[in-house]
Amino acid sequence: MAAQQGWSFRMTPIRKLLILLATICVGVSIFRLATGLGLVTNLNDEWPWGLWIGFDVLTGVALAGGGYFTAIIVHVLHRDQFHPIARGAMLTSLLGYLLVLAGLFLDVGQWFNFWRPFVSWGHTSVLFEVFWCISCYTTVQVLEFGEIFTERVGKKWHNAFKAAMPVLMIIGIIFPTLHQSSLGGLYLIAVHKLYPLWWSTLIPYFFLISSFFVGPAMICVESTLAGNAYNHKVPIEVLRGLGRIGGWFMLLYLVLKIYDLSNRGVWDLVFAGNLEGNLFLLEMILGVIVPIFIIFSGMSKSRSGLFIYGLLVSGGVVLNRMNVVFTGMSGTSGGSYFPSIWEWSVSIGLVSIGVLVYCFIVENFNILDHGDHHSA
Amino acid sequence: MAKGVLVDLTKCVGCGGCTVACKLWNDMKFDDNNPTVGDKAKLSGKNWTVVHAHQVKNKDGETVWRFNKQQCLHCLEPACASACFAKALQKTKDGPVIYYPHLCVGCRYCMIACPFNIPKYEWDKTFPLVSKCQMCSTKIARGEAPACVSVCPQGVFKFGERDELLKEAKAIIAKDDKYIKEIYGEKEVGGTSWMYISDIPFKDLGFKTGLGTTPLPTYSHNFLRYTPFVAVGWGIILTGLYHYTKRRNTISKETNIKG
Repeated sequence: MAAQQGWSFRMTPIRKLLILLATICVGVSIFRLATGLGLVTNLNDEWPWGLWIGFDVLTGVALAGGGYFTAIIVHVLHRDQFHPIARGAMLTSLLGYLLVLAGLFLDVGQWFNFWRPFVSWGHTSVLFEVFWCISCYTTVQVLEFGEIFTERVGKKWHNAFKAAMPVLMIIGIIFPTLHQSSLGGLYLIAVHKLYPLWWSTLIPYFFLISSFFVGPAMICVESTLAGNAYNHKVPIEVLRGLGRIGGWFMLLYLVLKIYDLSNRGVWDLVFAGNLEGNLFLLEMILGVIVPIFIIFSGMSKSRSGLFIYGLLVSGGVVLNRMNVVFTGMSGTSGGSYFPSIWEWSVSIGLVSIGVLVYCFIVENFNILDHGDHHSA
Repeated sequence: MAKGVLVDLTKCVGCGGCTVACKLWNDMKFDDNNPTVGDKAKLSGKNWTVVHAHQVKNKDGETVWRFNKQQCLHCLEPACASACFAKALQKTKDGPVIYYPHLCVGCRYCMIACPFNIPKYEWDKTFPLVSKCQMCSTKIARGEAPACVSVCPQGVFKFGERDELLKEAKAIIAKDDKYIKEIYGEKEVGGTSWMYISDIPFKDLGFKTGLGTTPLPTYSHNFLRYTPFVAVGWGIILTGLYHYTKRRNTISKETNIKG
């Protein structure tokens, strides 16, 4: 239980920088909402989706996959040895989704109309599924956080939240399973636009599996960083165990990729030596094959090995999403696009806000020292 | 029945009258950055139709001018309408694919979905909307041809029932050797309301070719139709696993205590 009184927030030089970046982000966001997309972004008719959709939404949602990964392992399969990471991972995930919603809100042109799909059901659209699942899942995650929040504020509600947890957990796994795959499914309709190394009828499943195995990778990165900052060390065996679960799913991903490339007969494109082929190879070798080697070898017995594993896998998933949004679409788009300084500042600022809120919550709620919590 | 337009590219002289008629009827401003006629013609938030000029070689190897009028093709199974998550784009039974601004959220997924890259965006506005040809749906509802079609001095267009236009087009290209034996829009991504015949391969005139005959919404549908089953099935599996593993843990703890 969080026993300290009063609210605390340590101020450090890095946090001052983050606050500066966050302030710039808020300023640019207000300017964008007031003036439209043309002045702030470099988006154009050839490139309707840019950095905010590619990084803030598609990548953000994937990296926030640690939440449902953890929920499955800890709260559904009751692998209690993984408890120490549960709250941290699910907090990161909640913050990730809130930032995704912020990014989406900034990217849509008629932002005051964002609620429209709740009443005007375009149910033939994959985006409809994404919209509903992300909205519902974020709500569920906020409710899940209620269990932690009421340990300190509004204590009389705590038992109610605790009782609701098993149901919330299960609903909170169904939604991400659906929308992680449908984020890939968005591109099914871009059959003539997305480069064949990435376009496949299996793309929803690639997105789903990769969002699942990026979960433990993000936990390895996050717990190393949090471990240094808060002197809270998650046992190596816990991280290694999680990483190995991820490793098996990476193997599945690799096998499915190889099957898919052979099935569609596009192996020649992999080794074509062009930008698409090379980036695809980079994504597969550094983001999948090398990490599989690390996690199933002795290298994963050290913290640095696990940290590198986490960075490679997360980086690989980021590269994959970027390849789908940018590299894979560039051949057919005709125009050119590079994010403006304002687009960068918003994306960087949103991440800064996430880090600051994470720090605040970790310092004021019972997140990291939670190994003894017994599951709901 | 669904209406359509048959375009005979061999008759077009590139006057651009159709693009002016479009501006006038739909009350659209001229776009200083993007002309509506010529080799720099470009669809934009203000240009719903443009006439591209192409200098190409004909069958006899002579250099000739050909013109390609570009606008929304009004697909029979429009990818944009199926991609819109707020029903801001809808196909009517008359044929036009219509945009309803009040429903639009501005996500621009329609622009990603359209295989012909037709929908454009008003990037310069604070509250931008998607912008594309509406096939003058209000005129069609009254049984009239679209504005661009009705003003053509060269008789490039024929407006009517799509099925009948298709038959007519087949008869024309079968009879006259100058035409290539293909009707653009007959089968592309499941067929379009606008159809073209030409004496120059469509690829040379800037048409998107190789799009296949499968309607694009099929791809999304084949994925989405499993959603309810996955949601319910996965929920049942998770609930089962939750209770099973919890019980297993309890039993193993009890065994440990006894032992």
